Amino acid sequence: MGVSISVEHLNAWYGTTHTLQDINVNLPANHATALIGPSGCGKSTFVRCLNRMHETNPIARATGVVKMGDIDIYKDAQPVQIRRRVGMVFQRPNPFPTMSIYDNVASGLKLNGFRNRAVLDETVERSLKSAALWEEVKDDLKKKSGASLSGGQQQRMCIARALAVDPEVLLMDEPASALDPVSTSKIEDLIFQLKSQYTIVIVTHNMQQAARVAENTGFFLNGKMVEFDSTHKIFTNPKDKRTEDYITGRFG
Amino acid sequence: MSTNPFHVPPPPSEETVKSPPSNRKSAWTRVNEVRRYLVNHMVTFLAVLSTVLVIVPLVAILIYLIYMGASSLNLAFFTKIPAPVGETGGGMANAMVGSGIVLALASSMGIPVGIAAGVYLAEFGRGKLLAGAVRFTADVLNGVPSIVMGIAIYSLVVLQQHHFSAFAGGVALAIMMVPTIARTTEEMLATVPHSIREAALGLGVPKWRAVISVTLKTASPGIITGCMLAFARVAGETAPLLFTAFGNQFWSFKLTEPIAALPLQIYVYAVSPYDEWHRLAWAGSLVLIVMIMVAVTLVRIYASRGVLKGAS
Repeated sequence: MGVSISVEHLNAWYGTTHTLQDINVNLPANHATALIGPSGCGKSTFVRCLNRMHETNPIARATGVVKMGDIDIYKDAQPVQIRRRVGMVFQRPNPFPTMSIYDNVASGLKLNGFRNRAVLDETVERSLKSAALWEEVKDDLKKKSGASLSGGQQQRMCIARALAVDPEVLLMDEPASALDPVSTSKIEDLIFQLKSQYTIVIVTHNMQQAARVAENTGFFLNGKMVEFDSTHKIFTNPKDKRTEDYITGRFG
Repeated sequence: MSTNPFHVPPPPSEETVKSPPSNRKSAWTRVNEVRRYLVNHMVTFLAVLSTVLVIVPLVAILIYLIYMGASSLNLAFFTKIPAPVGETGGGMANAMVGSGIVLALASSMGIPVGIAAGVYLAEFGRGKLLAGAVRFTADVLNGVPSIVMGIAIYSLVVLQQHHFSAFAGGVALAIMMVPTIARTTEEMLATVPHSIREAALGLGVPKWRAVISVTLKTASPGIITGCMLAFARVAGETAPLLFTAFGNQFWSFKLTEPIAALPLQIYVYAVSPYDEWHRLAWAGSLVLIVMIMVAVTLVRIYASRGVLKGAS
């Protein structure tokens, strides 16, 4: 099941650049939240702060409170533990090129020392089914490299890989931006189904996509969260002039 | 002239827009096409020529070795130890086994240390002072003449133990392998896309595990090539073994005793005044080069096994 995320006074830096400035927001459990805003406004950084990937960059730094359920992820846990509970899907599909489809999906469990074959088999099948890829790859799970799939299939495999470790939150950083329209709509359908079980945060440049998949939408601009509200409200009756300008295409 | 900044010039008249008919090319266009054709073929020719120039010496050496050495190859060469001066026959069996032992020893020390150093440089030492020092040391070490390496190990190991030994030879060769392997490993790891590392970390895999199971594995073809290059280079080294493994005219399997090695045996035979020994030296050289080729090929075949369909 998903878990709610509450963010208080989150600040993040890259070197001396203040990328995120005092973000306060509550992301409800089992909902999809879309983050929109022009390039370089801090959406990706925000998402990367939610699973402590931000700090893997040696010059990056973050302060503030991010609570996942009752746990303050910056105080009460190790980054590795948090990342097992928070799955992440990246902008470009990033399969492990040396691994088969099976090993790619099972990698989160295998690389953490999990060896039970029966459970691995079952998890791989369940994850691939959740990612709507099972039917397409079930015959060459162990024969084909994950890198041999098409871009759209690779991305769904990466989603399956993230789901296999049974996370509570799924972070998606522009998951469809490198894909064609058919693959994109498959990914969107997927997000729609997955949000009953996971809390989903999706960064997107595609307004229609945000409107289609997300209940709530946050608008970022220059490192600040300008507005956060229900998607319907943001797109029909935004409170802030800058939000309105952005979604009507007047800048950005 | 309009002063309006948004003034758009009128579209060009139809006559200027019309492109010339395709069958009536200007003289310059044709000259350009011929030039392009010539340049294209010339560059291709130069590339092929360079390839041939690279291959010719290797093939020439191999043919000459076969010509000079093949006739001395017989069963005795592979099964017997060198015959005493004045007697004919004898072989280099002990030198082949000795080379195998010294190289195995060198690889078992040099490859792990080299790869570990490369991993440190690429994955953990980015921008650190120590990494810069290691990188600089490795590059300098790579340029140290092999005879100097032999003398260094002579004073560090042989003088301490008071005798020449296979172990000292192995150490000398291992140290020569380390810088090549470390730098190739670093470079190969640097070619692994950052996104793949992030994918592993994003799954909650600890960094050390991600490095071993994902990054190193992805870069492994290049790293194996680097190890093979280092191996092939030290397999033919004579100078570092002169003061360390020393050579031996008899069988020896002990790491603490002087041991024979093919390059040493070739050296001794080649500078000797006997024609018989000269022929054996040629045969030894042929065997050495074939052994290196076989070893490198076997490792390549083994390493390429189990590669999946479509894996890059």
